[in-house]
Amino acid sequence: MEQVEVVFGLPGGCILPAYDPILDSPIRHILVRHEQGAGHMAEGYAHVTGRPGVALVTSGPAATNLVTPLCDAYMDSVPMVAITGQVGRPVIGTDGFQECDTVGITRSVTKHNELIMDPDEIPLIVRQAFLLATTGRPGPVLIDVPKDVLQAQMDWSWPSDDEVAGSLPGYKPTLKGHPRMIKEAARLLADARRPVIYAGGGILKSRAAEALAQLAERTGIPVVTTLMARGAFPDDHPLCLGMPGMHGNYTAITAMQNSDLLVALGTRFDDRVTGKVDSFAPDAKVIHVDIDPAELGKIRQPDVPIVGDCKQVISEIVRALADLELPDLGEWRSRISGWQERFPLYYEPHVQGDALKPQQVMEVLRDSAPEGTILASGVGQHQMWASQYWRFNEPYTWVNSGGLGTMGFSVPAAIGAKVGRPDRTVWAVDGDGCFQMTAQELVTASSERIPIKVAILNNAYLGMVRQWQEMFYEERYSEVYLSPDLPDYVKWAEAMGCVAFRVEDPEEVEPVIAKANSIDDRPVVIDFRTDSREKVFPMVPAGASNDDVVVHPAQKPTDKKVVQ
Amino acid sequence: MSLNPTHQTLTVLVENKSGVLARISGLFARRGFNIISLAVAPTDDERFSRVNLVIDVEETSVEQITKQLFKLVNVVKITELHPADAVERELLMMTVAVSPEQRSEVIELVGIFEGKIVDVGTSAVTVMVAGEPDRLDDFEDLMRPYGIAELQRTGRVALPKARKAS
Ligand SMILES: Cc1ncc(C[n+]2csc(CCOP(=O)(O)OP(=O)(O)O)c2C)c(N)n1
Ligand SMILES: [Mg+2]
Repeated sequence: MEQVEVVFGLPGGCILPAYDPILDSPIRHILVRHEQGAGHMAEGYAHVTGRPGVALVTSGPAATNLVTPLCDAYMDSVPMVAITGQVGRPVIGTDGFQECDTVGITRSVTKHNELIMDPDEIPLIVRQAFLLATTGRPGPVLIDVPKDVLQAQMDWSWPSDDEVAGSLPGYKPTLKGHPRMIKEAARLLADARRPVIYAGGGILKSRAAEALAQLAERTGIPVVTTLMARGAFPDDHPLCLGMPGMHGNYTAITAMQNSDLLVALGTRFDDRVTGKVDSFAPDAKVIHVDIDPAELGKIRQPDVPIVGDCKQVISEIVRALADLELPDLGEWRSRISGWQERFPLYYEPHVQGDALKPQQVMEVLRDSAPEGTILASGVGQHQMWASQYWRFNEPYTWVNSGGLGTMGFSVPAAIGAKVGRPDRTVWAVDGDGCFQMTAQELVTASSERIPIKVAILNNAYLGMVRQWQEMFYEERYSEVYLSPDLPDYVKWAEAMGCVAFRVEDPEEVEPVIAKANSIDDRPVVIDFRTDSREKVFPMVPAGASNDDVVVHPAQKPTDKKVVQ
Repeated sequence: MSLNPTHQTLTVLVENKSGVLARISGLFARRGFNIISLAVAPTDDERFSRVNLVIDVEETSVEQITKQLFKLVNVVKITELHPADAVERELLMMTVAVSPEQRSEVIELVGIFEGKIVDVGTSAVTVMVAGEPDRLDDFEDLMRPYGIAELQRTGRVALPKARKAS
């Protein structure tokens, strides 16, 4: 069958018939406090295990509560199966109690969805859902089941793989790259003098990290890893340039801008990466590999489009390189290391009496983390600092909301990740704003004994919005102040069954983190009081060209525009 | 509604399931693609229906529209029909407000266009014409001076020309 070991959910009227058998089922059910939490937990679980996360909720308000995680999973191609209850078939269309048009509402945020009107179709539709969620470009699939369909008698059957494939005549993902295009890609690779590998989340989805390392090492081409691909290539590898994009590091951005060949692998030229599209990597030829044909040419016309599974295509390219002489990229790499030396990530050191530096908290958290720690994050400044300052050396250790940018993602996603990888330490780095959106799931974590750890970078602000207001709205701060101690995060966390600490003194950062790391029987929350004036640098202002990346004011921005 | 170079016809074979049309129109709305006309009909195989879409390819490339459509799980096959390679037909029904004196002129024109009179009243006739969309445009222009009371067109259906089909 589908080998589901855990389901995240919350029951209600229409889904009741599906909940009764859970009492006798080997499947673990995790009772959430809000259905959004169930969805993000399913995502967190899927991110770290590669297996589809499953959410089970009732009709109407429960289904609408699931819309945000579905959209999140859709944007980030996360395999997920959502099962929603629906009013009985005779009631559908009459505005029955807790009726809503779930398939209508979720159509544009799912890879596919289906309302089951015939109980005999349940097995096939379930099998289709898991196949669709996990193959091709992964994504969320929703199954809506009317209550009377759940209660009906049906003839049991379990369709074979062939029957499932045959039942989807319009679904045939292309996995293997076109041989001529592979050859052409190899030729461009052999000709390039300033190439950059632009690795996206598709590398992780296709489990291609090893293949990527082979390609990089065989060619000596430096690699940038997007926000969705952190960990797909080790940060401590000499060829790794880190994250590109709006808050990427100077070198990653500038290397792409100056490149003559972008090898785009499982990535979609998101506006947060490209900046102004017209001036993005203007001299670069593009090899674009993606399993979703619609991504090729959507934003940037590739010179060599390759539809296929990243892992397979990369291996095919590596094989095609075998008989080619590859250029020496020493000169290009030394230009790159020049940028790395001149423009490393930078923040001003802490001054006695000031609040904590959020970047410093991240560094201590990183340096104290046990081997293999999984990091989840919310959305905002803290997310960018987490991505910038962590060292991701292993795939599937970074769980974040990239495409949708969903505040409130981190706590439930971390819970899902910990359920999927109970052997790992799981830290959630959260903002004070984000934390207030889904913190109630810590009750779930406590009662289900899922010992995650949460570091709140509490700057008393919707910090990312504050940063934009400071930089682009003349410091007119409109509705971004949150207060550092309302709520009292320590009391709140304790009320939810967690161990909680507050840290204001830089001297305490390390010992308190060490204490948190030693607790393994319940969730831990640390309220770090951080400096609200800190901004995330570098920054490419929205709509600006990547040539105009703004570095930290203390770093000399002179001659930052690099000419060939 | 003549075939403008910025218009193109897509013939989309879809699974014959409820909600498929909503998926297609939802996709067009969400991605900002423009549908100019749309016609749906069953095929000889009851598992499938054929959707004929005339799209505006001025803003978005036909390639992007086709690729996005193909991502819909229920879409089985898409054929781009270039006007030169396709036979296209459309059906028009029209009620013309026409006095008994002028009725014969209208009937004559309907005859030239190989149409039919489907209903006659004292001061109006309802006519039906099938043909190439361009021809229907011409017919509409000719009827306008008499006074078009009601007009309904089906949107075009299209098939590849027989000698092009394998
Ligand atoms: C659900 C949702 N609402 C609004 C936003 C817009 N937004 C992006 S970042 C941000 C501020 C987040 O504040 P906080 O969690 O405190 O993080 P900080 O930036 O301060 O680190 C907001 C409001 C969003 N991304 N998601
Ligand atoms: Mg904040």
